[in-house]
Amino acid sequence: MLLIPCPYCGPRSETEFSYGNQAHIARPEDPDALSDGDWAAYVFLRDNTKGVYLERWVHSHGCRRWFNVARHTVSYEILAVYEVGTPPPDIELKTEI
Amino acid sequence: MTRRYSIFALVRNALSYHENWPQVWRSPEPRPEYDVIIVGGGGHGLATAYYLAKEHGITNVAVIERGWLGGGNTGRNTTIVRSNYLWDESAALYEHALKLWEGLSRELNFNVMFSQRGVLNLAHNQHDLRELHRRINANRLNGIDSEFLTPRQIQAMVPIMDLRGNGRYPVLGASLQRRGGTARHDAVAWGYARQADARGVDIIQECPVTGFRITNGRIEGVETGKGFIRAKKVGVVVAGHASVLANMAGFRLPITSLPLQALVSEPVKPVIDTVVMSGAVHAYVSQSDKGELVIGAGVDKYVGYGQRGSLPVTEETLAAVCELFPLFRRMRMMRQWGGIVDTCPDASPIISRTPVENLFFNCGWGTGGFKATPGSGWVFAYTIARGEPHPLNAAFSLDRFRTGYLIDEHGAAAVAH
Repeated sequence: MLLIPCPYCGPRSETEFSYGNQAHIARPEDPDALSDGDWAAYVFLRDNTKGVYLERWVHSHGCRRWFNVARHTVSYEILAVYEVGTPPPDIELKTEI
Repeated sequence: MTRRYSIFALVRNALSYHENWPQVWRSPEPRPEYDVIIVGGGGHGLATAYYLAKEHGITNVAVIERGWLGGGNTGRNTTIVRSNYLWDESAALYEHALKLWEGLSRELNFNVMFSQRGVLNLAHNQHDLRELHRRINANRLNGIDSEFLTPRQIQAMVPIMDLRGNGRYPVLGASLQRRGGTARHDAVAWGYARQADARGVDIIQECPVTGFRITNGRIEGVETGKGFIRAKKVGVVVAGHASVLANMAGFRLPITSLPLQALVSEPVKPVIDTVVMSGAVHAYVSQSDKGELVIGAGVDKYVGYGQRGSLPVTEETLAAVCELFPLFRRMRMMRQWGGIVDTCPDASPIISRTPVENLFFNCGWGTGGFKATPGSGWVFAYTIARGEPHPLNAAFSLDRFRTGYLIDEHGAAAVAH
């Protein structure tokens, strides 16, 4: 069970949240110019990192606001929580094999 | 030379107190070069190596496994085997696997304990019921046995299920695939390993892959914990770690790795002689030969490589199990664990060439890979040997995410993934 520190409501149980997978995927600026392969990459391809992953969460059963989380996907340790639209904090993005 | 297992071998070895059974497979040091390297020593990888040797005569093969054989999802699943998938492509692939299951113990000379005890998929509301009928009809058009059971017929088959209809999950009907059932998961890995080894395949355990050597877009070999091993072709079958290996090779996959969990109860007398699945409530129940209830739960909602599974998921599943089988309310669970499943956006596997020449991936089986083990190995061996997919897995290419030809088995495949 994760205890997720919502930046607006404080620490709450994971059951209150919904998941949005990888963060910092920008919607293409000029969709008309995209090839099928570019669309596939935007819609489907994800880093799915084993290690520190930058991901989106929404506090569905609380303030209903989205935010970003840096979480280690093996230890599940939450290393940072930051607002949508801000760059990721300065932490080492360690990965494992 | 692997000795055949038989009643005579059993008697002969009994006379020497079972102290002289030969080692089942060798543990060789890797050679400097192979024709094919299979990364991943689970059921799918070992089956691939076996069919490469048997069907295609390619025996200069190594299976490289970071841990021990069948220590990943092969040893962590709930061992259910069925082929009642909705779409034609999936039905053909899983039915091919089921047909291989039906002769597998004899073929491998190893008892994989394949038990065709039937698989029930429950419907809890009108929508479930309509989907159920649609799937049953689709299955029958594809030549797959599938039939509808009314609550009264379910009662006759599974007397311990609460069918009064006033609970939280009323049961309105079920589909039944009589040829479905369970198999002994470890035996599948061991059986394939033994026969692959007998045909000359090197099985190398405790040897993690740390990278690929790629020149001009072509695979040269793999970097491992035991040094560089050259290979003409490489096939990767590593389930939850597919993305990690793809990242090493310089491309990304449409895969999300999630822990899927399962539990076993304390052993009790036989109470359920079939498999009951309820996709809507994420609860799958069967009883092992030891008497333990084997319970499958759902996946966590967030990316995870920790083989545990989240507690709210356990709670939800056990609540549903207690609701459907009131008898189990006082049973204790003995063990709980998780396996990392590689889920695809369309809940169908990827058995495909990749952007790197002579590097092949077999992944994306998500929550339902065990049932496909023989078929997956069979088509993947074909794909590696010929350098192009078999008609059975042609639709399961990585390219389908570009073309949009998805095989959407989400919900359609009798379970809510």
